[in-house]
Amino acid sequence: MSDLYELRCRECGKTWGNTPKSFCEDCFSPLEVAYDYDSLKKKVRRENLACRTFNMWRYAEFLPLFKDFTPTSAVGGTPLVASRKLASHWGTSQLYFKNDAVCFPSLSFKDRVVGTALVAARRFGFETVGCSSTGNLANAVAAQAAQQGFDACVFIPADLEPAKVLNTAVYGARIVRINGNYDHVNRLCAQIADRFKWGLVNVNLRPYYSEGSKTHGFEIAEQLGWRLPDNVVVPMAGGSLITKIAKAFRELVTLGWVEAKPVKFFGAQATGCSPISDGVKRNLARFEPQKPNTIARSLAIGNPADGPFAIKLIRESGGWAEDIPDPEIVQAIKLLAETEGIFTETAGGVTAGVTQKLIAQGRIGSDEITVVCITGNGLKTTDAIAAEFPVTEAIAPRLDAFEAYLDSQFTAAAAAK
Amino acid sequence: MPVTIEIPTAFRRFTDGTPKIDCSAATIAEALNDLTTRFPALSRHVRDEQGQIRQFLNVYLNEEDIRFLGGEGCTLKEGDRVLLVPSIAGG
Repeated sequence: MSDLYELRCRECGKTWGNTPKSFCEDCFSPLEVAYDYDSLKKKVRRENLACRTFNMWRYAEFLPLFKDFTPTSAVGGTPLVASRKLASHWGTSQLYFKNDAVCFPSLSFKDRVVGTALVAARRFGFETVGCSSTGNLANAVAAQAAQQGFDACVFIPADLEPAKVLNTAVYGARIVRINGNYDHVNRLCAQIADRFKWGLVNVNLRPYYSEGSKTHGFEIAEQLGWRLPDNVVVPMAGGSLITKIAKAFRELVTLGWVEAKPVKFFGAQATGCSPISDGVKRNLARFEPQKPNTIARSLAIGNPADGPFAIKLIRESGGWAEDIPDPEIVQAIKLLAETEGIFTETAGGVTAGVTQKLIAQGRIGSDEITVVCITGNGLKTTDAIAAEFPVTEAIAPRLDAFEAYLDSQFTAAAAAK
Repeated sequence: MPVTIEIPTAFRRFTDGTPKIDCSAATIAEALNDLTTRFPALSRHVRDEQGQIRQFLNVYLNEEDIRFLGGEGCTLKEGDRVLLVPSIAGG
């Protein structure tokens, strides 16, 4: 092959070259991008990265790009935050938050997958790109399509959070609201990809799209000083991200960039949509799809495409999956903000809350290196926590009014005790 | 019961290009059997070695995933549409 990568079936192993296709036409299992690692070893060294900007494109050789590709925008390169207060609160010593709540340009890790998907869309000659989305992906597609000159058409459940709809509309994308949940939207998009010559990033471009997720894992390893963590806690919707972080770690080991070590993968879901964690906990041969009912809309996928792969990875790594109910998601969002200064959306609340649960269960050790993946920004789901913060009464712009205000606050605090 | 089975493009190389068939079936299982009897090359793509519907093949009755309807034993009524979607993507 002229490229150093091509599509390969995850089940039967048949290769398909490079083409906009997401499943094997022989066995109908999902395809993924496979690389010629022997050639990669000769072509790129870890030292090469020193002079590259810290964003997702610094790992170009590990991504399905094309010759002479030049990055169009500085996607990724997000902080790995070493926790002090929350680590102490939870009784752990080496806790980190990988903070894609501040990913450029649209404030979620979906910017990474759209980065690689639009490279593929350009390569295959698509003029219109789109997606099925629970919100974050639509934001990311709309933003990067606008910048790169694609027409964008995104499909969303009709009852999505207003902020996520607005954050798509502002970029000029066409938004098609579907009466149904995400799984209905997704099924429709499978039919649309079958009928129209559009590049749907998470349908017919999905193998290329999902490779972008690996950069979240590459950055974790590099920011830990080219080491792998002991544990990773990852939110799960379709189940792709957790498997791609694992792929990133495997690739770094294969190329000798990090020392091999066992990494436990932990998956986080909301109890109101938990087909993968349910599959792990009940040791099911096949997960059972669910009808989502949770405030964590970005994780509300009842029929997760990579569910079987996520379950297998979690089990084989010695990790676990957990889920928490909606009230605990809200409390975890507040806790993360109050202790670490990170304002995450509901999915991040799920991941933080599940981490707390896993530590309490003793599944995550107190002296182990644990990375918690925060994948989206709290400004997108303010509705979920608005009730926690009622609007306070305004006061006059006078010092005596402020003194009276303080008195009333102290009185109220004393009464509360 | 007369029902329609809609066949996705990826399956049509096993159905001589046929995009849909009408058949008379009382359950999803019967409908799938009818489909694979007419197009035997499709059989191994619909069911695995244990005879189960393949893990990555999604079957819908009208708008609903059959796993919410009791699986392939769920009954059909006249005019129902059965839709096959290989390897649902998304996420």
